[in-house]
Amino acid sequence: MSGTFVGMPAFPKAAHDAVRNTTLRANLRHATHTIRDKRARAVAELDDWAQLREAGKQIKDHTLRHLEHYLVQLEESVTAAGGTVHWAADADEANRIVTRLVRDTGESEVVKVKSMATQEIGLNEHLEAEGIHAYETDLAELIVQLGDDRPSHILVPAIHRNRGEIRDIFEKEMGRWGRPAPDGLSDTPAELAEAARLHLREKFLRAKVGVSGANFMVAETGTLVVVESEGNGRMCLTLPETLISVVGIEKIVPTWRDLEVFLQTLPRSSTAERMNPYTSMWTGTSDGDGPQTFHLVLIDNGRTDTLADEVGRQALRCIRCSACLNVCPVYERAGGHAYGSVYPGPIGAILSPQLRGTTSDIDASLPYASSLCGACYEVCPVAIDIPEVLVHLRERVVQGGEVTRRGAKVTLKPAKGHAAERAAMRAARWAFTHPAALATGQRLASRTRRFHPRTLPGPGRAWTATRDLPAIPAEPFRDWWQRTDGGKDAGK
Amino acid sequence: MSSRDVILGRVRRALGGPAAPPTSYDTDIDRGYRREHGERTVEQTVDLLAENLADYRAIVHRADSGELPELIAWLLAARGARTVLVPPGLPPEWLSAADPTRVHDRADSTAAELDRVESVVTGCAVAVAETGTLVLDASPDQGRRRITLVPDHHIVVVRVPDQVVSAVPQALERLDPTRPLTWISGPSATSDIELDRVEGVHGPRTLEVILVSGD
Ligand code: SF4
Repeated sequence: MSGTFVGMPAFPKAAHDAVRNTTLRANLRHATHTIRDKRARAVAELDDWAQLREAGKQIKDHTLRHLEHYLVQLEESVTAAGGTVHWAADADEANRIVTRLVRDTGESEVVKVKSMATQEIGLNEHLEAEGIHAYETDLAELIVQLGDDRPSHILVPAIHRNRGEIRDIFEKEMGRWGRPAPDGLSDTPAELAEAARLHLREKFLRAKVGVSGANFMVAETGTLVVVESEGNGRMCLTLPETLISVVGIEKIVPTWRDLEVFLQTLPRSSTAERMNPYTSMWTGTSDGDGPQTFHLVLIDNGRTDTLADEVGRQALRCIRCSACLNVCPVYERAGGHAYGSVYPGPIGAILSPQLRGTTSDIDASLPYASSLCGACYEVCPVAIDIPEVLVHLRERVVQGGEVTRRGAKVTLKPAKGHAAERAAMRAARWAFTHPAALATGQRLASRTRRFHPRTLPGPGRAWTATRDLPAIPAEPFRDWWQRTDGGKDAGK
Repeated sequence: MSSRDVILGRVRRALGGPAAPPTSYDTDIDRGYRREHGERTVEQTVDLLAENLADYRAIVHRADSGELPELIAWLLAARGARTVLVPPGLPPEWLSAADPTRVHDRADSTAAELDRVESVVTGCAVAVAETGTLVLDASPDQGRRRITLVPDHHIVVVRVPDQVVSAVPQALERLDPTRPLTWISGPSATSDIELDRVEGVHGPRTLEVILVSGD
């Protein structure tokens, strides 16, 4: 990944600061609980949820096993449909390709659909440095961009801002970038949305180049799919003359039919809706409708390294629904920024250290940013066993071993002097308010997992070597968590 | 070496050598999920569509084909629309009773021109009852994607029951992936500000759906 988050303190430190920010915590708590409850209802409407989830998992696993075949097939179908495919091995190369493509149009402005891949490679910053201004058009991304801030959630990136803060940002910043906020702007969501509509429409109507990501790419047909709510995606995908889509190589599904699985599980898992308001699908270019030039930039940037790890590979199944964030007790308290990457929450804790390697402090500490309670696995629509990968990565941090970096096998040295264990303890301390609570949490957590160890795997091994894990208690972790308000009582 | 070769080479090594072609696709995937959820009569499916559309704050009307022109005229008048965008293949009788000036989308009409039009009337390709979704596929009665995006008021005519399916898998079966497709479930919405749902940041803020029966 790019250096967007360089200088980020390791997770425990960042989380500690976030936990003390009470506004942030209140905003997050409200948000995650609201989505979480709604999601459960939306999922309950489909009595075949378990089968859809299993099919989603199998489709993605199959695709990963035959990734070379499907990448080549996708390239052929996109090309046949009038698009041009580019390949980028890392963030730098992707940024260079996009910059060149924009330059070739003669434009110095692009409108953007929210995309994690472009955030991952730091595209906006790169374009800015090259004299090209990239306007984020998603309301939340606009809030984040105007506030000179970073997104904190996959789906609701400004979840950490309340309406008063948003009004202040709009009043202060909009005028600097285009149409200013109307006079006397109040803090009602409707008025704030209207201000954003007017501000952004001005940009859409003159934009010649759009930049997007994609939720899915269909190898068989060359179709790209973008799922959204506001219509800013539709604006960026249909009004400009040139469209550049930057997409990770893991976003492929083999066939058109496969979309029937993900179009059912993604909206319900993410926004808890039966279906998101807008979904756009396009296959190359269409005569007279939408952009007449289409570029697809396929990025690796650590994905093939992740693919090389048989346990960690399952993280590439992720469809970025963010359900795992909303159920995570650690995320709820720490907020998205503490994870130091564009992928926050449980998925960030397993994806970022794999994409970037575990050599930096933040990446080495991320596998510890979890209670292993298993809630993330339960909600994941593609059944990624996040706790399993976390434990696996902890082991890698502590014991070292063979990993793949930029396509080559390298041997990692064990983290020096139990640094990782110390990181673990520090991470755990803030998460559970008190070390005694951590002990309870980990014991209870093990019950919800498939393994019921006498000693904890990975770094926990050193820790439990001199202690027997007590018998597994009857109460599930999350019940305990709720009953004791996250360990506040248990720790006293 | 090109980056294409670099990436494909890395994929191959990550998977332990060249993979056999995926002949196992059909057997690999357990498609034990349903084609649709629950058993419904045709009328019940249409009712469910109406209910789910309304639940996502689309405004739903019903008419038989004879009443359609009057209803469209009335909806446009109620909105105070002076201009209405018309896709090239819209059945002329649909707008036969309407007053507003017709604006035809031309290849050279700019987004700014479209922005001055108040309403748009289109047909659709298919509607999904379980999710309350309308799918447009840019056929002549629906026009280019942009005409249903820029105006603030969109009236969609759905022929019932022909154009209605129960569930997403059945909708995909009916669609042609080579066409540009837009799936619409309720008006444009955002929940970005404290998760309060607000209609319309960018797309049409008012979506009206007419379920029309008879031929
Ligand atoms: S890991 Fe699973 S639950 Fe989390 S964002 Fe990805 S798909 Fe959703």
